[in-house]
Amino acid sequence: MEWLRMEQWSPYAAGIAIGVLSWFTFLLSDKALGASTAFARTTGMIARLAGGKKVPENPYYRKFVPQIDWEWMLVLGIVVGAYISARLSGTFETSWVPALWAGTFGDAVGPRIATAFAGGIFMGFGARWAGGCTSGHGISGTLQLTVVSWVTAVFFFIGGIAAAKLLFLVIGG
Amino acid sequence: MLTNIHRKKGLQLVLGFAAGILFGFFLQKGGVTRYDVIVGQLLLEDFTVLKIMLAAVATGMLGVHALQSLKLVRLHPKSGSWNTAVWGGLLFGVGFAVLGYCPGTLAGAVGNGYLDAATGGLAGILVGTGLFAAVYGRIEKTVLAKGDLKEMTLPRLLKVGAWAAVLPAAALIVLVLWLLERAGL
Repeated sequence: MEWLRMEQWSPYAAGIAIGVLSWFTFLLSDKALGASTAFARTTGMIARLAGGKKVPENPYYRKFVPQIDWEWMLVLGIVVGAYISARLSGTFETSWVPALWAGTFGDAVGPRIATAFAGGIFMGFGARWAGGCTSGHGISGTLQLTVVSWVTAVFFFIGGIAAAKLLFLVIGG
Repeated sequence: MLTNIHRKKGLQLVLGFAAGILFGFFLQKGGVTRYDVIVGQLLLEDFTVLKIMLAAVATGMLGVHALQSLKLVRLHPKSGSWNTAVWGGLLFGVGFAVLGYCPGTLAGAVGNGYLDAATGGLAGILVGTGLFAAVYGRIEKTVLAKGDLKEMTLPRLLKVGAWAAVLPAAALIVLVLWLLERAGL
């Protein structure tokens, strides 16, 4: 079982494993892999707990009811699965600032967390505007040959490549 | 179809959790729970993300369509429009680069111990989805609906059988991966 302890698999092994997993989610759960609605539901649950009286009337939360569902459990499972894998391979580490970021912008925690927060807002807003993320559109949508998912996935990368180049080569350069 | 299993709510939550554990395990083993790998892809220096995604798509495509031919599954193509795809895609892309994780890999990064994902990143995504929920009612039938692509799939668009699209698409993905390797990326 040495492969369970390997630090990193070939990207093809990891990709094929995810593809096979998608067969089973369709078969056993009638679901495609996806992640971003779980975050939207969580925000709705937090707003409701904080006393937000308009949550049940909000048209978005009528469509995506703030409750724990299959996909919410999937996202929780991702945290656990990544933890198990990292522990087995000895790559679990608590760190605040990624090396690539630190190499360009320094290793101060504040700027990295503020940037992650700002990027997260774009990501959350954009994922729900697009109706899916790199899993929902990028893997599940494209494997079903859905036209809108292929177009969306291409624009994820157009926006991502442009923003990353701007951030690292222009602002950070 | 295994509708008797699909209908069991409690069991489905357990299956979702189990699928998530496997998904998170594979993402971590692939290396994509790391900011450096994801941003490395967007800087076009490290092609791990694209290789994992394309391998998953080709594998998933063949298996899911085989299961559909056997009438064991039904497809769930997402609906959307040009405006959701282009503008949503670009906004997501900016977040992808600035945050350095996507929603699924952010969850994996949290499990891997990365605290920028667990604090600022997670809070930002939650705020972003909340802002979207706040404006959704005003843009649902206008901005978001413009250029409706419905739930169109490639076989339906080309008016061919599923396999006439699946086989060339899978072959094309394998070709792209082969070219990436040949280019030394």
